[in-house]
Amino acid sequence: MDRLIYVDNAATTRILPEVLDKMMPYLTEQYGNPSSLYSFGQNARQAIDEARDTVAKYLNCRSDEVFFTSGGSESDNWAIRMAAHMLEKKGKKHIISTAIEHHAVLHTLNALEKQGFEVTLLPVNEYGLISIEDLKNAIRDDTALVTIMFANNEIGTIQPVAEIGKICRERGVLFHTDAVQAVGHIPVDFSGMNIDMLSLSAHKFHGPKGVGALIVRKGIRLPSLIEGGAQEKGRRAGTENTAGIVGLAEALKLSCEKMDEVIPSIKAKRDRLIEGILKTVERSRLNGDPVHRLPGNANFSFEGIEGESLLLLLDFKGICASSGSACTSGSLDPSHVLLAIGLPHAIAHGSLRITLSDDNTDEDIDLLLEVIPQIVSQLRSMSPVWEKIVKGEKYE
Amino acid sequence: MAQYYSDFVMEHFTNPRNVGELEDANGVGEIGNAKCGDIMKMYIKVEGDRIVDIKFKTFGCGSAIATSSIATEMIKGKTIEEALKLTNKAVVEALGGLPAHKIHCSVLAEQAIKAAIADYYKRQGIDPTPIVGEIQDHHEEACDI
Ligand SMILES: Cc1ncc(COP(=O)(O)O)c(C=O)c1O
Repeated sequence: MDRLIYVDNAATTRILPEVLDKMMPYLTEQYGNPSSLYSFGQNARQAIDEARDTVAKYLNCRSDEVFFTSGGSESDNWAIRMAAHMLEKKGKKHIISTAIEHHAVLHTLNALEKQGFEVTLLPVNEYGLISIEDLKNAIRDDTALVTIMFANNEIGTIQPVAEIGKICRERGVLFHTDAVQAVGHIPVDFSGMNIDMLSLSAHKFHGPKGVGALIVRKGIRLPSLIEGGAQEKGRRAGTENTAGIVGLAEALKLSCEKMDEVIPSIKAKRDRLIEGILKTVERSRLNGDPVHRLPGNANFSFEGIEGESLLLLLDFKGICASSGSACTSGSLDPSHVLLAIGLPHAIAHGSLRITLSDDNTDEDIDLLLEVIPQIVSQLRSMSPVWEKIVKGEKYE
Repeated sequence: MAQYYSDFVMEHFTNPRNVGELEDANGVGEIGNAKCGDIMKMYIKVEGDRIVDIKFKTFGCGSAIATSSIATEMIKGKTIEEALKLTNKAVVEALGGLPAHKIHCSVLAEQAIKAAIADYYKRQGIDPTPIVGEIQDHHEEACDI
């Protein structure tokens, strides 16, 4: 096999060696329980406290607003389920979200609907953006929570979070944002953007898997999701993942410190990829917003082919990417995000997501620009759908 | 190296046999629709009672392409009677197994061959239904055959 070209950084990222170095002591000698009184335990406690301060510094929140969790999914579940139950007592049983959320949010909302909550999913436009007017109109007296993702994991669209935060604050509605794809990639300002709760996950910004955080604005008495011991000030039980938490903080620090430098360089590579693909592959399109877009995200649709076979052929060339086709999602429908931006099923099946990181080189882009068009035409040559497209017949 | 599909499926996927169109086909069958993410089109050339040539075009996932390929290999040179006995199970076995939710691809291959044979009979002015039976295809709403 040729060298590995990893361009699936929205799925997960490479842990940085500096991050692993910081974690190692807590996986080896420093194994004390952070809740233990003796100094061997307190060493671990101190490391966690420092990590909390680091998160607070880079996300502009208070240290006592940071609660470590097992990752993005837990943070989303916690914020949404428990905010719903907390506000239900005040007679608020309405939740606003969007059609393009991650399943950690959408499935949680489905579960709440079964428990009698009413959910409004705001539509998005062809670029994946919600309309602020729609949001304003959807807020009711009994609205408990607005949960809108910061940036989308598939198409990379960045929502106007500061505006959403301002509206929610003015209307006295809690605002949670799933910022799993945003943190460490673009500036996120918890206080400045009037966010009440924010989910993040370390493995999306070169930290370890299985660790994340929920930031909860001081004063919000969010009940626990995980009951048990008194860790995280009694809000999230379970012996802390010390090494993971230390790794999360280090990864966040490194990502945020080089963000100003990394964003333009990733964007330049991404834009070269996008321009190159759209120019060389006929009947291809870019999904997502051309401007309000995560720096590393490029999401294409190619008419006449199906995404899974595209991924397999890319894998053969050592290229790791992702698709929104039904086959790869394990369901019968293609990605709900691609359908929500109005793509017909047949075109949504033929999508390809490339998500770059700072590791990717100009040579990687050259290779993608060489290989993707080849594979697309190889698959098109055996596609009865492409045959119809060429003949100008209807195929959906 | 770990793989999602078996080596044999990957081999058929990356080097599909009998891929393309058959200019002098006298039976063409198409199953599936683009909405559901898979379409198989089979072209057969029948001489006497034998399928002397077969080609396919497939829009779909790796297993759809691999099952099309192996199914055409299993049918080529066989009599119509033998071809009609090809079950999706035999196709899966020949491939050395498929992931559970990909089994429907093998059903598509079986049905696409039946559809091509049915088309052949129709072109001969013969009602195919008593010979070929009902052909299952995706319905408008449900993609799960
Ligand atoms: C937007 C978004 N939310 C939530 C998650 C879930 O995060 P985790 O894998 O840490 O549970 C992901 C990652 O897949 C994501 O992209």
